[in-house]
Amino acid sequence: MTDTSLLTEQPKSPPHTRRKSMGGGLLPSAPQSRACTTESSYVRYLLIAAALGFIALVILLPLAAVFVQAFKRGADVYLAALVDPDALAAIRLTLVTAAIAVPLNAIFGIAAAWCITKFSFRGKQWLITMMDLPFSISPVIAGFLFILIFGSNGWFGEWLDNQNIRIVFALPGIVLATLFVTFPFVARELIPLMQTQGIQEEEAAATLGASGWRMFWRVTLPNIKWGLLYGIIICNARAMGEFGAVSVVSGHIRGETNTMPLHIEILYNEYQFSAAFAVSSLLVCVALLTIAAKHWLARKED
Amino acid sequence: MTTQSAHLDRSPIKPRKASYSVLPGFRFTLGYTLIYMSLLVLIPLSAIVLKSSELTWGEFWSTVLDDRVIAAYRISFIVSCAAGLLNVCFGLIVAWVLVRYSFPGKRWIDGLIDLPFALPTAVAGIALTSIYAENGWIGQLLYPLGIQSAYSQIGIMIALTFIGFPFVVRTVQPILEQWGTEVEEAAATLGAKRWAVFSRIIFPELIPPLLTGFALAFARGIGEYGSVVFISGNMPYKTEIAPLLIMTKLEQYEYAAATAIALVLLVISFVLLFIINFIQWRIGRRVMPH
Repeated sequence: MTDTSLLTEQPKSPPHTRRKSMGGGLLPSAPQSRACTTESSYVRYLLIAAALGFIALVILLPLAAVFVQAFKRGADVYLAALVDPDALAAIRLTLVTAAIAVPLNAIFGIAAAWCITKFSFRGKQWLITMMDLPFSISPVIAGFLFILIFGSNGWFGEWLDNQNIRIVFALPGIVLATLFVTFPFVARELIPLMQTQGIQEEEAAATLGASGWRMFWRVTLPNIKWGLLYGIIICNARAMGEFGAVSVVSGHIRGETNTMPLHIEILYNEYQFSAAFAVSSLLVCVALLTIAAKHWLARKED
Repeated sequence: MTTQSAHLDRSPIKPRKASYSVLPGFRFTLGYTLIYMSLLVLIPLSAIVLKSSELTWGEFWSTVLDDRVIAAYRISFIVSCAAGLLNVCFGLIVAWVLVRYSFPGKRWIDGLIDLPFALPTAVAGIALTSIYAENGWIGQLLYPLGIQSAYSQIGIMIALTFIGFPFVVRTVQPILEQWGTEVEEAAATLGAKRWAVFSRIIFPELIPPLLTGFALAFARGIGEYGSVVFISGNMPYKTEIAPLLIMTKLEQYEYAAATAIALVLLVISFVLLFIINFIQWRIGRRVMPH
C-alpha cells in the first residue's frame, strides 16, 4: 500500500503511438491500433461502472455513514460527545501512545532500511520476511503475547508486582502492543525507496571524507525525507487506530486506559451511537488526511 | 503493505558483493535492527511457543479439536476465502479500470482505495454494522429479501471484504502498469479476439499477483478482529471467528486454551507469509524492471 511507485503517472504516450512514425501508411492508423488493445466502449463503460459501483458500496458508503450517524442528533450532541471527560482522556491517551510509538518505530525503520539497502549480507531476505511478521499476526495474538510476558501469571508478572510496576492494563502495555502492530511501517516504506536510490551518493560523500552522521543528515535524509514522512504518517494512523491488540492489554478502565478506538467500542455497546460515531469521525479525518498526504508526498517525490 | 516485497528484488541496482564497503554504520544499524526486532517481536513470539509447551499433547489437541474451536476456524477460513475471492474479482476490475481507462475523478478514486488500510478497524466495524443492520441503509433493502446482512456470516464477509479490498488492487496495479501493449498488439494483429487476448495472454500473467493479493487478504481476514466483532453477532458455532474465541478465552482467564488456539492461528499465518513471499520472489525473478 505504501508503495509510492503506484501513484506515479502512467506513461503519457502508449507504445502503440510510436507505430505511426515507424510503419508509414501500410499499418493501421492510430485509432484502429488503439481499438485492438482496448475493449469495446460498451465493455469499457460496464467495467468502469462495476469498479465505481463496488468502490462506492465498499468504501464511500461506510465513510458517509460515519458522518451521517455522527450528526444525526445535531451538532450539540456531536460536540458534547467530543468534550466529554472520558472522550478527552481517550484522545489524550491515543496521542501519547502515538507520540511514543511512532518515533521509536521510525528510528528502527531508518536503521533497518540503512543496513538492508546499503549493505549486502547473508540472511537479508530472511530479515525482510521476519519484519513482515507483525502484519500477518492477528492483533489479538499480538496483545496476548504481552499478557503472557508481563501479565500477573506471566514471566515477569510476580517481579513487576513486587516492584509495583504496571505494564499490562496500563500505558506501557498499550504502547508495547501499538509498537508491535505498527513495527514494520516505516521500514517497509523506506526499503524500496532507498534500494532504488542505490549507494553511489553516499559512497561519494564517504570518499570525500564525510563522517557517518554528516553523510546521513546531508545526503541520505534529504533523499528519503518524503518517503520517511509518509512512513511516519501511515504508522501514526495505524498507531492511533489500533483496536484488537490494545483491547487485549488495556483493561478497559474508563478515563484511564481507554484509547479512542476502545472508547468508541464502549459507547457503541452502550447504544450511544451518535457519540460513538462522533469520536469515530475524528479518526476518519486522520485516515483521510493520511491518504491525502500519500498523494501529496508522492507528487513531491516526482 | 507486504506487496512491496515484490519490488524489493526488482530494483535495477543490486547492492554489490559487500565484503568491503566504504559506508559506515553496518554493525550499528544491523545490531540495532536485530535487538529491537528481538525485544519487540521475536521474544514475545517465543513466549507463546514456550507457554504452549506447558500443555501436554492431550490438552493441546483436546483444546484445538474442540467442536466450538473447529467451528470458529471453519468460519474464519470459509468467510475469509469468500471475501478474498470477491476481492480478487472486483480488485482485478478496479485495477484494470484504473490503469487502462481514463475517466473524471480517477486520481481521487485511486487514493480512496487505500482507505481500509488507514481507517481504524473499530470505526469500519461500527460503520458497516450501521449500514447493514436491519434498519440500516442497505440492511433495510436486504432483510425483506430474507438476507440477514448483519449478525451473520454474510456480515463477517462484508467486513472482511472491506478490510481486504486494497490488497488485490495494490498487487495487480503495479504489474499492469509495467506492461506495454506490444504483446497484445501482436496477438490482435494475428487475429486474436479481445477476449482471447485477455484470457490467453493477460490473465495468465496476472495469476501470481492475484494469488498474492488473495493470500494477503486471506491472511488479514483470518486474523481480523476489530471490524468483525461488531457486525458478526459473535454466536458460538455460527458467527464466532477464531480471534474472537481467543479473546473470549482470555476474558475467562483460560490462558492455556487461548495459547493453544493462538498457536494454531500463528502457524497458519507463518505458512501464509512464506507462501506470499515465495510467490513474490517468483514474480520478482520473472518480471524484469522496465
